[in-house]
Amino acid sequence: MADSTALRHKTAIVGAAETNTVGVLPDYSQLQLHAESAFNAVADAGLKMSDIDGVASVAPAQLTEYLGIMPRWVDGTSVGGCSFLIHVGHAAAAIAAGYADTVLITHGESGRSRVGVGGFGGGASTIGGQFEAPFGVAGPPTMFSVPIVHHMKKFGTTEEQLAAVSVATRAWAVKNPRAMMRDPITVDDVLSSRIIAWPMHLLNCCLVTDGGGALVMVSEERARDFPKKPVYLLGRGENTAHQGISSMRDMSVWSGAAEVTGPEAFRMAGLGPKDMDHAMFYDAFSHTPMYALEALGFVGPGESGPYMAEMHTAPGGDFPMNTNGGGLSYTHTGMYGMFAIQEAVAQLRGESGERQIDGIETSIVHAPGGMFSATATLILGNQ
Amino acid sequence: MQKPPRPLPQATPETKEYWDGLKAHELRIQRCSDCSEFYFFPRPFCPSCHSQNVAFQKVSGKGKLHSYVIAHRGHPAFDAPYVIAIVELNEGPKMMTNIIGVDDPTPEKLPADAAVEIVFDDVNENVTLPQFKLV
Repeated sequence: MADSTALRHKTAIVGAAETNTVGVLPDYSQLQLHAESAFNAVADAGLKMSDIDGVASVAPAQLTEYLGIMPRWVDGTSVGGCSFLIHVGHAAAAIAAGYADTVLITHGESGRSRVGVGGFGGGASTIGGQFEAPFGVAGPPTMFSVPIVHHMKKFGTTEEQLAAVSVATRAWAVKNPRAMMRDPITVDDVLSSRIIAWPMHLLNCCLVTDGGGALVMVSEERARDFPKKPVYLLGRGENTAHQGISSMRDMSVWSGAAEVTGPEAFRMAGLGPKDMDHAMFYDAFSHTPMYALEALGFVGPGESGPYMAEMHTAPGGDFPMNTNGGGLSYTHTGMYGMFAIQEAVAQLRGESGERQIDGIETSIVHAPGGMFSATATLILGNQ
Repeated sequence: MQKPPRPLPQATPETKEYWDGLKAHELRIQRCSDCSEFYFFPRPFCPSCHSQNVAFQKVSGKGKLHSYVIAHRGHPAFDAPYVIAIVELNEGPKMMTNIIGVDDPTPEKLPADAAVEIVFDDVNENVTLPQFKLV
């Protein structure tokens, strides 16, 4: 098998920014959210939009039309919330190959206000239309959550442990002035919030918001000449395995992460779980980061429940995770992966304010797309 | 407010035999003639060994409750709470369905690995959906 280690530390993120605000933004169209974060990221890198010669986005044609730019390399990978992690990996290869020098990666989503957004869903003859829709699936709570009862049965994972994920994550959001939900919560608060799709209560489910984020990437040689501290790409992995949740290979394990993206990213980086100072594990629901912890080898199979209950990932714990407050409490536009990267970059630059982790050198960013359908992992570092 | 209709499937060439089977009140799924695996959903090759030597076969319609959610906020065509389940058939494959016949479903009424069997729900003259009940 070809070896990706040659691309370790060969590219860096030199621009990173979100929209001016995130949350409820009915005065922005979806494309405006892309554009505002794009201009902010380009400015953060000390560049002009005309310097951009490569673009990655879930809808690159729309974006280039809107921004009025003519890239010589594009990537339109659109596999849900982890798309932007995949874009980072693709951009690294494109820069190394000479396909582009300065790549802009953008996300914008009017997930809550639905301004300038197309409709959901597919037709009755799609696989989902035939084999899932007739049974009343109605958005992520009734699909993404389906595997967890199997995990509970197999490993004894409890509702209290699921609630602990929300509690630990909220404790970080308290320290983030941009977060939508900033009041501390308890396990009892989670369990007494209304049931959305048992075992998921309201506070086990991510927010629905508007916002955007963007990144600028260049080669390692150029990276030192930019205003901000470079954040290097050390490892990456990507995978798609299924579309519908009913085709998930093993409902007790995130196979895409365990078999492909974790091993691939760690091998490329030459690092392992013990070397990670910080993690951003996409939290669409309480169980999502638990599956990540197990699949990536941070804990053993079935051990994520007790681990979360021990609050290792909360402020003051030994493994800071989802330090922006996550999709559960910070913001979740629909494809949250971009915000996970933004927080990793902010932490590695030392820009995370009250929630800054001291002495951080590495961060792992990991996300699903769809219903554990696609998977991507990034390992980033600042040395 | 009037309830919208339940979403109904539209068969495609490679799935027609499956839906025709349900109309005839038979659960027919495919089995690979080379590696002997049953699989679901229908497609003209084995997703395990990629052989095209596959055939539909009538199966028992019995299985166990693999995983589920109890939807309290779900599709407007459904009366919440209702159960969206993954059933593992005795022949091996897993499929999404609903568990019907459980009044006011709670986790206590839906134990892990509970035995289930198929109920053919003739939604209209063209479509029969596979539903499951506890046995």
